[in-house]
Amino acid sequence: MEAALQGASGTGWQDDVFRVLKDHDVKHVVYVPDAGHSTAIRLSEADDTIHSVVLTTEEEGIGYLAGAWLGGERGALLLQSSGVGNCINTLALQVCAQFPLLMVVTMRGDWAEFNGWQNPMGQATERSLNLMGVMTWRADDPKDVAPLLHGAATMAFNGNSSCAVLLGQRLIGEKKWVK
Amino acid sequence: MGEVTKGGPLDRREVVRRLLADRQDLLVVTGLGSASYDVMAAGDHDNNYYLWAAMGSAAMVGLGLATAQPGKSVLVITGDGEMLMGFGALATIALRRPANLTIAVLDNGHFGETGMQESHAGRGISLDKVAASCGFSWTGEITEMAGVDALKARVAARDGLKLATLKIKPENLPRVLPPRDGVHIKNRFRAALGYQPI
Repeated sequence: MEAALQGASGTGWQDDVFRVLKDHDVKHVVYVPDAGHSTAIRLSEADDTIHSVVLTTEEEGIGYLAGAWLGGERGALLLQSSGVGNCINTLALQVCAQFPLLMVVTMRGDWAEFNGWQNPMGQATERSLNLMGVMTWRADDPKDVAPLLHGAATMAFNGNSSCAVLLGQRLIGEKKWVK
Repeated sequence: MGEVTKGGPLDRREVVRRLLADRQDLLVVTGLGSASYDVMAAGDHDNNYYLWAAMGSAAMVGLGLATAQPGKSVLVITGDGEMLMGFGALATIALRRPANLTIAVLDNGHFGETGMQESHAGRGISLDKVAASCGFSWTGEITEMAGVDALKARVAARDGLKLATLKIKPENLPRVLPPRDGVHIKNRFRAALGYQPI
C-alpha cells in the first residue's frame, strides 16, 4: 500500500486504479464498461486472482459485491456516472446492512461534454450518491487518483461504508466525436 | 408463447420446507417478499441471508456468494416478480456459470405482495426458458413434489449452474417475518462462515 500512500506511481492514473484495488485485496471487479475504465478492466480480466464480472446494468454489482462480502471477499464496482442513476434504489442494501461498497465512477456531463443528454445525470451524480449515503471524492488531476482511491477503499473496507471516487472528465479527457 | 400457466398446484411453504430439510451447510439467499417468509417459515438459520429491499438483487447476491464460496452450495429462493426485476442478471450469471449456484423461482404468476396483479410470468414468460437460452447448465419447470426432491439433489450436487421455476398456487399465506436488522443478519451469516465483524 506504500505506493498508494505516496500518490501516483508514474505509470498513469489508469494503472493506478488497478494497482490500488489490488493493494486493498480486491478479488472481484464488477463493471459496466466505460472508456475511462478500459485499463482497469483489461488488467482485471487478465488477472487470474480476480473475478471480473461484466454486468448488464450497474445495480447488479451492488448485489454481487454484497454476496461476495457475505462470502468473505472484497470487490469494487466500476461504472460511468449515468450508471449511478441505475443504482439508486439498490443502494438501500448498503445503508441497511452496511456492506462495504467501493465504486469508481467515470464522469460524463461534467466538463466539455459534447452530448448534452449526459448532462442531467452527470450533474446529479455526486449529490445522488450523497443522498443515498455514499461518501464521495473527486479526482480531476492524475496525481490525486491513487491517494483518493486508497482513502476511499480504506474507509469502505474498514468502516463498512459506501465510498465512491469520481474520475472527472478533465482527468479522462474530452471524448473525440469526430475522427 | 404457448400455453400460459399462471402459477401451479404446488404449496409454496411445503416446497421450501422440503428444499431446506436436512440442509447441512447450504447457503441460502432470499428475495424480498413472500419467498423470504417461506424460508423463515421453514426455520431461521445462520446460513440464511434475507433481503428486505434491493428488489431484483437476490440472484446477484447469490452469484457473488457462490463465487466467493465455491466449496458450498448456494441456493437463491425468490419469487417470479423479484427475478423479473433482475432479468438481465440471468445473462450476467450465465456468463459466470458457477457450478454451485441454483436459483429457485417460486412462480405464482403474480405480484403477490402488492395485491396479486398478474406478472409477466403469469402472462407467458417462462423464466426457466429464459435461463436455458442464456446457457444455464440445467433448467426446469417443476409442478409436482417429486420434482422438488429431485431439485434438492441437484442443489447439493454442485455440478452446474441451475434454475428451476416452481409452479406454486397464487395465494397469500400468513407472513412469517424474518429479522429486519440487516447488519445483524449480515454479521450472523459471516460469523457462521468464520468471518468476524470488522
